[in-house]
Amino acid sequence: MLMSTFSYDVLIIGAGGAGLRAAIEAANSGVSVGLICKSLLGKAHTVMAEGGMAAALANNDDRDSWKVHFADTMRGGQYVNNWRMAELHAKEAPERVRELEAWGAVFDRTPDGRINQRNFGGHRYPRLAHVGDRTGLELIRTLQDHTTYLGVTVHMEHTIVDLILDDGHIAGALGYERKSGNFNVFAAKTVILATGGIGRAYQVTSNSWEGTGDGHALAYRAGAELIDMEFVQFHPTGMVWPLSVKGILVTEGVRGEGGVLKNSEGRRFMFDDIPDNYKPQTAADAEEGWRYTQGDKSARRPPELLTRDHVARCIVREVKEGRGSPHGGVYLDIAWIKEKLSNAEEHIKRKLPSMYHQFKQLADLDITKEPMEVGPTTHYVMGGVRVDADSQMSTIPGLFAAGECASGINGANRLGGNSLSDLIVFGKRAGEYAASWAREHPQPRLDDEAVARAQKAALDPFERGAGGENPYLVQQDLQVTMQNLVGIVRIEGEMQQALEKIAELSARAARVGVCGRRDYHSGWHTALDLRNLLAVSEAVALSALERRESRGGHFRDDYPEKREEFSKINIMVKQVGGAMKVSRVPLPPIPPELQQVIEEQKA
Amino acid sequence: MISEATFKIWRTHENGDGTFQSFRTGVSEGMVVLDVVHRIQAEQAPDLAVRWNCKAGKCGSCSAEINGTPRLMCMTRLTELNLWEPVTVEPMRTFPPIKDLVTDVSWNFEVKKGITKFTPRPPDEPDGTWRMMQRDVDRVQEFRKCIECFLCQDVCHVLRDHDKHGEFIGPRFFVYTAALEMHPLDVADRVPALKDKVASATATSRNAVRKCVRNTFTSLTTRSFR
Repeated sequence: MLMSTFSYDVLIIGAGGAGLRAAIEAANSGVSVGLICKSLLGKAHTVMAEGGMAAALANNDDRDSWKVHFADTMRGGQYVNNWRMAELHAKEAPERVRELEAWGAVFDRTPDGRINQRNFGGHRYPRLAHVGDRTGLELIRTLQDHTTYLGVTVHMEHTIVDLILDDGHIAGALGYERKSGNFNVFAAKTVILATGGIGRAYQVTSNSWEGTGDGHALAYRAGAELIDMEFVQFHPTGMVWPLSVKGILVTEGVRGEGGVLKNSEGRRFMFDDIPDNYKPQTAADAEEGWRYTQGDKSARRPPELLTRDHVARCIVREVKEGRGSPHGGVYLDIAWIKEKLSNAEEHIKRKLPSMYHQFKQLADLDITKEPMEVGPTTHYVMGGVRVDADSQMSTIPGLFAAGECASGINGANRLGGNSLSDLIVFGKRAGEYAASWAREHPQPRLDDEAVARAQKAALDPFERGAGGENPYLVQQDLQVTMQNLVGIVRIEGEMQQALEKIAELSARAARVGVCGRRDYHSGWHTALDLRNLLAVSEAVALSALERRESRGGHFRDDYPEKREEFSKINIMVKQVGGAMKVSRVPLPPIPPELQQVIEEQKA
Repeated sequence: MISEATFKIWRTHENGDGTFQSFRTGVSEGMVVLDVVHRIQAEQAPDLAVRWNCKAGKCGSCSAEINGTPRLMCMTRLTELNLWEPVTVEPMRTFPPIKDLVTDVSWNFEVKKGITKFTPRPPDEPDGTWRMMQRDVDRVQEFRKCIECFLCQDVCHVLRDHDKHGEFIGPRFFVYTAALEMHPLDVADRVPALKDKVASATATSRNAVRKCVRNTFTSLTTRSFR
């Protein structure tokens, strides 16, 4: 068996925003760094982020500060966030954004030449540093190019199949190279998981193929704890037509620039249902909403910019009650701004160029002239590896997690723009703390038998050959199950059904077979991804069943209100004796001075 | 729209050679070529190798030659193709083949390492920040739209026909260098070190301009490099 061994102080799994930022920090501190990329460098899902990164730079409105950002994040998360992560994020995001500029990022500018910030749902002031509607590309390219000169070893198109532990400590990982299908063993004093999300567990998703919950599942199988897995964010505006592009994201920036949601009767239905805690900050009428999007500081935001969970549910309601568009969505109209701006067409193309091209090329639709059809799409998982807020270390010594695969900062619902800033704030912290852990600890022993076992399990699909189950079909069935039974609106009976179905699918997954050569074998890769998808799907369903209330991204038809008993806990899953066990863990108590900040901002 | 079509997809063999394999498959409205490849993968050829990521024209992974034209598979709608004839899908020919539709593009990542990194002038303000006007960043933002699909490299005849990968950097890195050179904050001078390599890119860029999926070449003038 061809197998080579690499050895690093810090092994980073995932090369999106969080992984790259961690690599920069670790490499700068002088330790050896290996970076595993499931794709080519620079193609990770971060590249698709559109709207921007939230940071209280206060360039567009000097009333903004870390306190307001902190309070907005906690309110968006319905107060089950890890307060310390929300605090660190709000305090450190501005410095992380300014640092990107020093590394060559070119953000849009304010009239006085500073970084321009745009409005976004749930953020009280304009807060998103952005580059048109391709902020993710700018972020990843800046970090990627900066990393190029730091001596980081990048393993492109490699996938990690298992973490290897030694006496409960992280010792390394086993992976394969896609190109050859050969295995590589990575000895590592520390591992940082930065693998992103789980969107591919659902049928309609904005996530790229990589979003198979690898980091979540690797951590879970190694014995780490996952929390908040019931909180999955369904972005309100994905494309719904043509079918083949269903789920592709339509940036919230469209609404930030004045786009409005309408049902088939032409009604702006978002004005019909504004939650009480957002009423004081929401526009009274269309005119005030428009003024807000144009930077009028005396105006309040339009209801289209309420939090994503709320907007998504309002869209589901309109469609369910028969007021949807022909392809099962609602209308998102930016073309209407021609009533307000003489150069509307040019303005839209300049502010939202990717959206203009996306609809023109994929749907034959000119968004400067016609409304788009949009509907909810699985976008982001708030849940993930339970980590220490300051260091990002999990409960397994030497195992860290950052970005989407870690949990805590977002609580029950993430605000748009808080993800890119999360990546750079906590990516940096993970890199820093992992490097210092590596300096203080010896390399644990890498158990050959554990490596051999992991390798054998990974090759099992070839043993079963063509007679086994088709991995693509098992994956498709899982996606349908999660979409229909653990989606936007949940109910006990359906989730029970989902768990039964997941058990069946796990049995089928254990029988998947592939044949042919191992080099760049997509069927084999899918077979291995399945284990991860099934683990995270079970975690989502079990956690969602346990949280018998509705909060943020988690909505239960049988418990449509928030309940006090769930306001002070996180739902946690962990592997105990080979099975997934769910439990409740108390939230860390928030210090009075931060509670005070939250209360002050409620006004 | 017709309901079935034939796709001839390049398959490599163990010895490194390749041939087209024909697949008859169902098609429907709104599909793109990448959907077809995925369907064939799921139903007829599980080991078919294809590289892709976002399926939204944002990552630049699924570059290929469709009916001989370099395109992103995820952005090529079937309605643009004549489905009464077989559609050919083959890998980019400028790069070494790995398997089926996947090529080895690692050379591009190596080239980038040789270009002097971004070097900003000292901050303008005491708080360590800079001031730049929108009109100053507009031009460089145009270049930074590039998604590194490497299709411009694929059509550069110096690379494709003359295989001068060692001597020339190709259109992608011409634009990359231009983006750094025109960055309002950058103070490094990359032109002397790159002059010969750039000259070839200038000569070939007309084809690249035509093929660019992001139109990043539209505001590029060769004059800025002379």
